[in-house]
Amino acid sequence: MNNSLTNTARLLGAGLRALLVLTLVTGVIYPLVVTGLAQGLFHDKANGSETTADGKVVGSSLIGQSYDLPLKKGQDTPDADLKWFQGRPANGLGSNSINTQYKLILSGATNLSADSKVLLQQVKDAQAAVVKDNSVPGYTVKPSDVPADAVTSSGSGLDPDISPAYADLQVHRIAQKNGLTVAQVQKLVDEHTDGRTLGFIGEPRVNVLELNIALKDLTAKQ
Amino acid sequence: MGPVLAGFLQLLALIGALALAYVPLGNYMARVYSSDKHLRVEKWIYKGIGANPDTEMTWPAYLRGVLAFSAVGVLFLYLLQRLQGILPGSLGFDSVNPAQSFNTAVSFVTNTNWQSYYGEQTMGHLVQTAGLAVQNFLSAAVGIAVAVALVRGFARSRTGELGNFWADLVRGTVRILVPGATIAAVVLVACGAIQNFSGIHEVGQFMGGSQQWNGGAVASQEAIKELGTNGGGYFNANSAHPFENPTPFSNIFEIFLILVIPFSLTRTFGVMVGSVKQGYAILATMAAIWVGFVALMMWTEFAHHGTALQTAGGAYEGKEVRFGVGGSSIFAVSTTLTSTGAVDSFHSSFTGLGGGITILGMQLGEIAPGGTGSGLYGMLIMAVIAVFIAGLMVGRTPEYLGKKIGSREIKFAACYILITPALVLTFTAASMALSTPQHSMLNSGAHGFSEVLYAFSSAANNNGSAFAGLNANTDWFNTMTGLAMLLGRFLPMVFVLALAGSLAEQKPVPETAGTLRTEKPLFTGLLVGAILIVTGLTYFPALALGPLAEGLAS
Repeated sequence: MNNSLTNTARLLGAGLRALLVLTLVTGVIYPLVVTGLAQGLFHDKANGSETTADGKVVGSSLIGQSYDLPLKKGQDTPDADLKWFQGRPANGLGSNSINTQYKLILSGATNLSADSKVLLQQVKDAQAAVVKDNSVPGYTVKPSDVPADAVTSSGSGLDPDISPAYADLQVHRIAQKNGLTVAQVQKLVDEHTDGRTLGFIGEPRVNVLELNIALKDLTAKQ
Repeated sequence: MGPVLAGFLQLLALIGALALAYVPLGNYMARVYSSDKHLRVEKWIYKGIGANPDTEMTWPAYLRGVLAFSAVGVLFLYLLQRLQGILPGSLGFDSVNPAQSFNTAVSFVTNTNWQSYYGEQTMGHLVQTAGLAVQNFLSAAVGIAVAVALVRGFARSRTGELGNFWADLVRGTVRILVPGATIAAVVLVACGAIQNFSGIHEVGQFMGGSQQWNGGAVASQEAIKELGTNGGGYFNANSAHPFENPTPFSNIFEIFLILVIPFSLTRTFGVMVGSVKQGYAILATMAAIWVGFVALMMWTEFAHHGTALQTAGGAYEGKEVRFGVGGSSIFAVSTTLTSTGAVDSFHSSFTGLGGGITILGMQLGEIAPGGTGSGLYGMLIMAVIAVFIAGLMVGRTPEYLGKKIGSREIKFAACYILITPALVLTFTAASMALSTPQHSMLNSGAHGFSEVLYAFSSAANNNGSAFAGLNANTDWFNTMTGLAMLLGRFLPMVFVLALAGSLAEQKPVPETAGTLRTEKPLFTGLLVGAILIVTGLTYFPALALGPLAEGLAS
């Protein structure tokens, strides 16, 4: 009995020493070496791919943002500022959570099931809003024109991109609200559309922040 | 090009990349575990441990090493979280509460990496890098060590010796995981994954105001989280978060990292037992199931059944635009057929059948290709079962790789395959029978049941992904999933090592005309069938109540 106790203690001691030594290798040296390489080789990316406009940092090209009007009195959720291209809905983590709308400090999805009534209502509401917001004189949007990414929340709630179809659908509204021609805005969207990597990896996409920065430049020039 | 074609091209590219890595990596790993030389850094580590790496261990000694090392790991990680509030590098976060600390410590040591916490709001730099990321390495190295011990059981004769646990642990870490993860981390940073030690800080926004950013050693953790089939994300959104998985390329690259060691280990196995063809047969079994599941998943996700998805016009809920439906489907299948559990899209919002595929993937025991090490030993156990079934059919004593599968061996194998289903079904039934655990469900009806079934399938199989609507941060779920993870990891290991010891003691049986040729396609077919039937019969009633009911209703 005493002997087996000593043996167990000896074994646990070896386990603890192994853990400490290997923690030094994998928990201290490894992350520091990687951080050194990352900061040396890819300084900007390692720090979050900050994007600037007019010399000011306006976020990260990787992280989606909301483009809303200031919150009015009595409002719970602000209205979208229709002057700017809008990103995807972000209903993740529910209304009881600390953050829902593109707040980086907590990421997450809605986790609602494919046949959930709550999700169905969210999709319907989003679809109605997209139709209403983007139907301008001379251009009518039908519910069937609205692409799926415009009415669903992403996995992270921070999706920086929208599909080219959703960007195209916003062109007429953006042109009208900013006093630009449709051709001007369409050109802007086309320039900011990324195809699939190597032609087949991922999906074509438009980075909303970069597109809005370009839009701001264009309107400033006019 | 349409999204469906692009999805299949991504699958082909992935297969090509894995095929290129197969022989060199598999051979390299075989050398790592067969070589009698020690690197200088390893000698220092052995000195630190106070262990002689050349001592051969019998299976009980090997098992004691695994258990002692893992027990210390759980305790250390538990204390690290409990003391976070008073240690430096906490980012201002408090100490984690006892139930959640226990759950997380067990979760990372068992290679599960279930997250009942919100990473960006709970864990500071110290716990993430010196606690969680460390276990990402070590739990993976332990898994490979146990698999290698089983392979030695097949390869060796008339000895009870299975190698040295400390040597296998250290070599796996130093020669395979650390170099692999370092390269992978740099690639991920080049794609845009962050790697810094800044605190929570404010960054300006386009519309004015600011957003809060977490810094963190994200890329270094992301790399080993995928390579070691761990899956615990730095952030709550896991690999859907753009700072963890920034581009379409990083997505495919992360899937590659998940799969490369488990698939290549079949080569290591082939080399070590002296017949690479035996490795190919196991590889073919794994690959057939994996490709089949990916094809099924793409089919159901592109068809996007379910009222909400039909109205939306596509299965984009919980998926990122940059990955699309194709990339997300491949990731979801790969993460649940291995013990990874990282997610680039949220399985709860997949179609009913798509969600069912992820659950079934875990319930197969994560053997196609499975976790680092655990996939190989799980598959070899199934191979033992398959030769046993074949032996019954023709009425002769089954053999596998020149070893008799007698009653002792088959008892160990049978115990192995019974443990996980027993855990999954018992814990799920208990949760459904009690009144309070049900309050954790986000969705109602069949999908609510699936959330609970998913949770215990994930925990007992050491996967770690979730139908994340379930609020798992309750005392019940923290404790019960913690127990499921512990028992689901270490009980099977007991039987694997016991089997290994029993095989290593045997003398080899000469091959005769009547020997089942286990390197032939016929055996691969038999093995796939055995896996699907054994699992299918075990879980069918539970699956019918959850994902099948949901999928067929829509």
